[in-house]
Amino acid sequence: MRPASSVLFLTTLIGAGQGLFLALFTQQSYALLGQLPMQDAAFYGYGSALALALLAAGLAASFFHLGHPERAWRAATQWRTSWLSREVIVLPAFMGIVFLYGAAHLMHWNPVLFKLPNGLLVDATVLLGCLGTLLAFTLYVCTAMIYACLRMMREWHSPLTVANYILLGGGSGFLLAAAYAAFAAPAQTAFFAAWAFIITLLGLVGRIAALWRNARLRPVSTLQSATGIKHPRIAQKSQGAMGGTYNTHEFFHGKSAAFIRTIKPTFLALGFAVPLLLLMIGHPVASVLLPAFAMQYLGLLAERWYFFAEVNHPQNVYYQTLG
Amino acid sequence: MTQLALVIDLNVCVGCHACVTNCKQWNTSGSAGALTDCNPYEANPNGTFFNRVQTFEAGSFPNTETVHFPKSCLHCEDPPCVPVCPTGASYKRKEDGIVLVDYDKCIGCKYCSWACPYGVREFDEQRKEMTKCTLCVDRIYDRNLSEERRKPSCVLACPTGARLFGDVHDPDSEVSVAIRERGGYVLMPEANTKPANHYLPRRKTTLKVRNDELYRSDNPHKIDGAPFDHNLPPATEELN
Repeated sequence: MRPASSVLFLTTLIGAGQGLFLALFTQQSYALLGQLPMQDAAFYGYGSALALALLAAGLAASFFHLGHPERAWRAATQWRTSWLSREVIVLPAFMGIVFLYGAAHLMHWNPVLFKLPNGLLVDATVLLGCLGTLLAFTLYVCTAMIYACLRMMREWHSPLTVANYILLGGGSGFLLAAAYAAFAAPAQTAFFAAWAFIITLLGLVGRIAALWRNARLRPVSTLQSATGIKHPRIAQKSQGAMGGTYNTHEFFHGKSAAFIRTIKPTFLALGFAVPLLLLMIGHPVASVLLPAFAMQYLGLLAERWYFFAEVNHPQNVYYQTLG
Repeated sequence: MTQLALVIDLNVCVGCHACVTNCKQWNTSGSAGALTDCNPYEANPNGTFFNRVQTFEAGSFPNTETVHFPKSCLHCEDPPCVPVCPTGASYKRKEDGIVLVDYDKCIGCKYCSWACPYGVREFDEQRKEMTKCTLCVDRIYDRNLSEERRKPSCVLACPTGARLFGDVHDPDSEVSVAIRERGGYVLMPEANTKPANHYLPRRKTTLKVRNDELYRSDNPHKIDGAPFDHNLPPATEELN
């Protein structure tokens, strides 16, 4: 498959935005349970604004993928069958909740609504945080299922796709939360950095598992099954067009084998190894965490590029020879 | 329930691309708008086609056989391109089973073309919409045409009669009989898409020539008005 840059930015940016929101509310949940000190409203408020900015940037990037962005509203209609349609609904809904969550903190819309039997005081930010958490995970699942639901795309048709979207987005968001905390709440940096380390490590395991699985896939469709010609030796002599076609452009990444060999270690190093090392050895300070997040983001962009490029679309069996 | 489809006889397809050009001509002239041609007279011509003819060679030289393989939307009975569409632009008609794109609803996200294992949808680079074979839905019901002309353009263009058109759910239709009697099969059965279009395989053909077909009544090679040998066909030089 040819990776579309708009989709690479969409999935990586909203992944980080969702992760950042989850990180903020995780900290607030710890604070509610008395495990960590509650931060001031500005920490959660401006953190939510940063998450919202990432989500909005991702949403904007997605429009560049469309041939007719002015009709994009129609994409909310087929939620019964299409994961893409579900994503189109959940993303703005999640953005709305992130906005309300941040606004509730900044505007102090937090009168205690009710008290749980164990004495926990529940205010609007807690309710919005729970709802946002639910939507963040729903959005991860929707985004991943767009790819994982395609049965014939065997590299994607796996639970690992969903797991990796959650883990890679989560790792990126928690690392950003750590970098943000280094400025806004230095005492909380270690908490976010520890979670970023754990999630990134799990992401590395999940991604290696997916690479291992995909390297062992054999195409189900052969030229024999695709054409019905009963002969073990079939050679394509013409693909029906002298120049390229949509089929030769959209479904081949067009990069050399050397490029593919380079990008795999590159994304494993930048996206996982380097941030893990920096989190492990470095002090949780902004001068370490900010470059760590930036490098991980670049690594995750490369990872997402490879996620698309590694798919050998079944239709490619019909396009083996130009001419 | 009706399921219109094409049945393509690979045994007689000669790879002339007449179906491709007639398809393009009809569908580029329709109300939906032209099918793009990019660089038509330059080095890398490109454009939107609903139908293409590919060529494969089976076997190794000198024992090879060339198979021309027309490829267009198969109008699957379980089309993977339809449920993934976020706008409902991609749909399958209940009344005749044709898979169509409502161009006015298409946002051009290309997701349907990813879901199709056959690669038969083409994104039009100028219209920015997904396009595909419509089985010439704008002519097969056209009452202004005589009944034998109410067929897809590719079928009408085929000089060898390699393309049959009809209802594959009607057991007595021409296409159903052809599928049944001539070993019709579907492409990539492992995809479980239940394509409506079928293909007829290459067959061994033997030419049966009877002696009386070689002897014309006015054959000059006669002796006293009667053939000189009733059992053997004449040698070539005898005929000259």
